[in-house]
Amino acid sequence: MLGLYRHGESVLHRLPAGSKLLGLVIAGTAIFLIANPFHIAGILVLVCVAYRIAGLDARTLIAQIRPALWLLALIFALQLWLNDWQAGALVTLRLSTLILLASLVTLTTQVSAMLAAMERGLAPLRHFGVDPSRVSLALSMALRFIPLIADVTAQVREAQKARGLERSVIAVAVPVILRLLKMADDIADAIDARS
Amino acid sequence: MSTRDIVHIALFAAFTAALGLFPPVTLPLTGVPITAQSMGPMLAGAIIGARKGFLSQALLLVLVAAGLPLLAGGRGGFGVFLGPTGGFLLGWAISAWLIGWLFERNWRNLTALKATAYIFIGGIPALYLIGTAWVAVVVDLSYMQALLANAPFVAGDLVKVAIATIVAMTVRRAYPMMARA
Repeated sequence: MLGLYRHGESVLHRLPAGSKLLGLVIAGTAIFLIANPFHIAGILVLVCVAYRIAGLDARTLIAQIRPALWLLALIFALQLWLNDWQAGALVTLRLSTLILLASLVTLTTQVSAMLAAMERGLAPLRHFGVDPSRVSLALSMALRFIPLIADVTAQVREAQKARGLERSVIAVAVPVILRLLKMADDIADAIDARS
Repeated sequence: MSTRDIVHIALFAAFTAALGLFPPVTLPLTGVPITAQSMGPMLAGAIIGARKGFLSQALLLVLVAAGLPLLAGGRGGFGVFLGPTGGFLLGWAISAWLIGWLFERNWRNLTALKATAYIFIGGIPALYLIGTAWVAVVVDLSYMQALLANAPFVAGDLVKVAIATIVAMTVRRAYPMMARA
């Protein structure tokens, strides 16, 4: 399954997904409770060391934080304007640490292992009428549908091109959704017929 | 819950993910990126209803959390939930639920004006209420300050409300889902 996972053999890769998730929750809460920017900076250094241990290079590390950079800059400016630079440093360091730590878990855990761990975590919901096998069915179907929707969209755009409408969001979205809903009926009938 | 319901849930989880494939449009002057993806929860609620709409968005979030790059710009993993926009992601599920609930309750006498109002309520005030709470926590701002910081995004979201309403009403005419339920 394609994902953000980077293959490796490190200790972090070998840790069970469930423990990594639990660790992330605990560490994330702790990072929120710490109000000293220097302590957070210390943790940030530790997280960077952990990237090293996982065999991930600096480029990968920077790639994790890059999408959030402009937001972080905006937040820092906002804090600087409303409070002072210490508050700005605390908030931006805290966010960067959280994002990097969470991304580290994602980078070192296979999607299948993560889904299995989450399905186990959802198991207690059985008592509230959640059927785990139906959850698995929905998860695998959603993954299969994404490329299918891309195909249907490409076909509809091609058809609307003849009418000069391939750039109209509405003229593309409506036929795509209608086709998908009809397809959903067929798929449901097929699954029911086989079970 | 029937098999058809499960298929619908998976379909709208995937549809929202597919909306993220469209390149984001950057608003002039403010530089705020607008993605088509947040139309996903609006359409999910308006087309498949409250319960299924909610579950479809929850399903997408599970896949994102599991490490799949399904959000606009190829983002994914746990980091996005802890980042400043994490609250808006959780808000998608609530937004889809609220829009679905309003549509279901008023399905028989739905007008374009009502539909616009419902998608607006679920897609903007309700979503921002939740999203802003998270921004205020992670960015250490007061709620009002965080709300103002989010204001530039409203313009793009208004356009999305308009598009989602037209799409949802057209689909409703051609394929009335809730009338059968």
